[in-house]
Amino acid sequence: MMSGDNGNLLSVRDLRTYFETEDGTVKAVDGISFDLKRGETLGIVGESGSGKSVTNLSVIRLIPSPPGRIVSGEVLFHGQDILSLPAEEVRRIRGKRISMIFQDPMTSLNPFMRISRQLMEITQLHLGHTREQAYEHAVRMLETVGIPEARARVDSYPHEFSGGMRQRVMIAMALSCEPELLIADEPTTALDVTIQAQILELIRKLKEETGTSVILITHDLGVVAGMTDDIIVMYAGKIFEQAPTRELFAAPGNPYTKALLKSVPDPVHEEGTDLYQIPGLPPDVAHLPPGCPFAPRCYHAEEVCRREFPPFVQLNAEHFSLCHFAGEVYAESRAERDARGGATPSGANVEPSENLGAVDPSENPTQGGAGR
Amino acid sequence: MTTGGAQQADVAGMPQALMASDGREPLIAIRDLKVHFDLGGGSKLERLVGGSGVRRVVKAVDGVSIDIFPGETLGLVGESGCGKSTLGRALLRLTEPTGGHAFFRGRDLAGLSKRELRQHRRHLQMIFQDPYASLNPRMTVSQIIGEPVETFRLARGRQEREARVRELMQTVGLSPRFLKRYPHEFSGGQRQRIGIARALAADPDFVVADEPISALDVSIQAQIMNLMERLQRERNLTYLFISHDLRAIRHVSDRVAVMYLGKLVEVADAKVIYRDPLMPYTKALISAVPVPDPEIEAKRERIVLQGDVPSPINPPPGCRFHTRCPWAVEACREVVPPLAEIKPNHFAACIRISPEEPDIERVAPSDAPGLRNPGRVIEQ
Repeated sequence: MMSGDNGNLLSVRDLRTYFETEDGTVKAVDGISFDLKRGETLGIVGESGSGKSVTNLSVIRLIPSPPGRIVSGEVLFHGQDILSLPAEEVRRIRGKRISMIFQDPMTSLNPFMRISRQLMEITQLHLGHTREQAYEHAVRMLETVGIPEARARVDSYPHEFSGGMRQRVMIAMALSCEPELLIADEPTTALDVTIQAQILELIRKLKEETGTSVILITHDLGVVAGMTDDIIVMYAGKIFEQAPTRELFAAPGNPYTKALLKSVPDPVHEEGTDLYQIPGLPPDVAHLPPGCPFAPRCYHAEEVCRREFPPFVQLNAEHFSLCHFAGEVYAESRAERDARGGATPSGANVEPSENLGAVDPSENPTQGGAGR
Repeated sequence: MTTGGAQQADVAGMPQALMASDGREPLIAIRDLKVHFDLGGGSKLERLVGGSGVRRVVKAVDGVSIDIFPGETLGLVGESGCGKSTLGRALLRLTEPTGGHAFFRGRDLAGLSKRELRQHRRHLQMIFQDPYASLNPRMTVSQIIGEPVETFRLARGRQEREARVRELMQTVGLSPRFLKRYPHEFSGGQRQRIGIARALAADPDFVVADEPISALDVSIQAQIMNLMERLQRERNLTYLFISHDLRAIRHVSDRVAVMYLGKLVEVADAKVIYRDPLMPYTKALISAVPVPDPEIEAKRERIVLQGDVPSPINPPPGCRFHTRCPWAVEACREVVPPLAEIKPNHFAACIRISPEEPDIERVAPSDAPGLRNPGRVIEQ
């Protein structure tokens, strides 16, 4: 488990990132381990303060210090520990072999620099392009991400672009050097639904074409459902559940994941009932209760949960859950799934789901035909 | 959707188009409401110095007509810049409408004097998106919630006022222990509860909730939606729930109105509009919502629209959606489509569909030549 590759592009081992604040030590990330295989997409889901963004800033060593500090752990990229590399070498990896897209493209783009220059900088630095090569490359990248009239617009300033276009520019920058790993931190949160669909489509297409591995960080369970191979659910700096995407949605083994799934309105299966609501507030990570951090909000919590920190239980080959009652919760979920009749919703609700967009050739011959 | 001048003050004589078939009286009746912001320009001087010479007007709300019935939640959905928040604000005259009417129980709010308006505001309240910006940081919770109680003289004396504030805090799930605390001491979800308590303090009939859950964490969103639904049942409130989040809108609304560049493009029962959207924009919007179910996501077909929403400054002529519509034809550039009843109580603005043939897919298969057929991305 500790050594090298095994088809893993990235292996994070027992990562701990703490922040010193007036309020005491905040254990933003506290003992996170995961693997990312080549060409796969990993979703990291969590609410604010869960540690999902800090995990990824740690991976690329962008934790502001002070107050932040990577206390321990390993981040193996191709078997090489990024955390123990000299800063100079990390800089060579960052932006070239691992690149990032952030939520707000306006704060990540320099407002005083033309788009062209911002794109050229990267390839001049990392690929040794000449000015002409870099300029051509910049135009090509804007075309790749679907900016119309790329050549005419490459010399624009960021404010001349809309939110969706700026996010495309960010993606163009991130993909300029054909990175092996793309980290997208809430890439569509600031965007409208139809633009979100465009951007997700773009990431999916580019991933297929280039084979880039992706880490997608989001609070939106809908976004990860359609985009990822595996999912990690984080809460209070810990991994609460880890599983292949379909497995996680079909049979969650952690009460937090279950509650989260039930608390999101689902336009397909909706029956007009009250939403399940998780009581209480997200935890104050500086003052965590003893025992399980989710216990105060958990429908399943018992005495032991408030007393003892839960174990990380392996439910099957690829499915893990941090819970004293992981086995029971998992069994409960599987029973519920079977009662629903496998992974499909109950009969009464099938019809709306088809009309919401699932392909049904008998009903929409033109759509179905074009898709095949 | 035109409103004749003779019908202005007479609710019974208002255009019937959006009345429910059971003939209920609307609580709020909006008729041809317009909010235009003049950005200037278009002067001779500007043309002389090489400017466009076109007067720039943002038509944020451009002729909206709809009824809102007592006790219902009307969901208003659209993308940023479509004018949905402006519409909500114009209803309460937080932004002055530049044309049209908004009737509350038959009284035209647009014609009220400042003083009359203030008395009416008691019945019309607002919940804002950003619970950080909409609460005065220098006021305690007690002062914030107590202010409307005082303004509208709903309590006699300090004690009665404080009792009312305590009761309101309990109603929205806040401990009255926090009476003397300041907004910064609360989390986002708790602040939104304070905002809701303040809106309820005046005992309103109608509440405009402008993106009330967008700034909140997922687990807190459900709490606020459930709270709003419970309050609606207990107090017979009528909501205009404005959001860009189609999943939330679907959950809380009885009826949904879809807005695009200042105009309503589709209005229908919430269940119906998600199952059977008629207008191409609504179709695309609904197909773009990610569903938290990988099985469905894997099989879905998405209509991925090309390009961005055009600028609301001098928006496209004809149907405002024609620049992005996969089904647009030449006529869509010229004809402004009326919001017409395509199916019973299901209104859509699209000249290509009709009660006889409500399905755009059948009118124009995706491979048929049109004005602009960028092709829809079909996923397997």
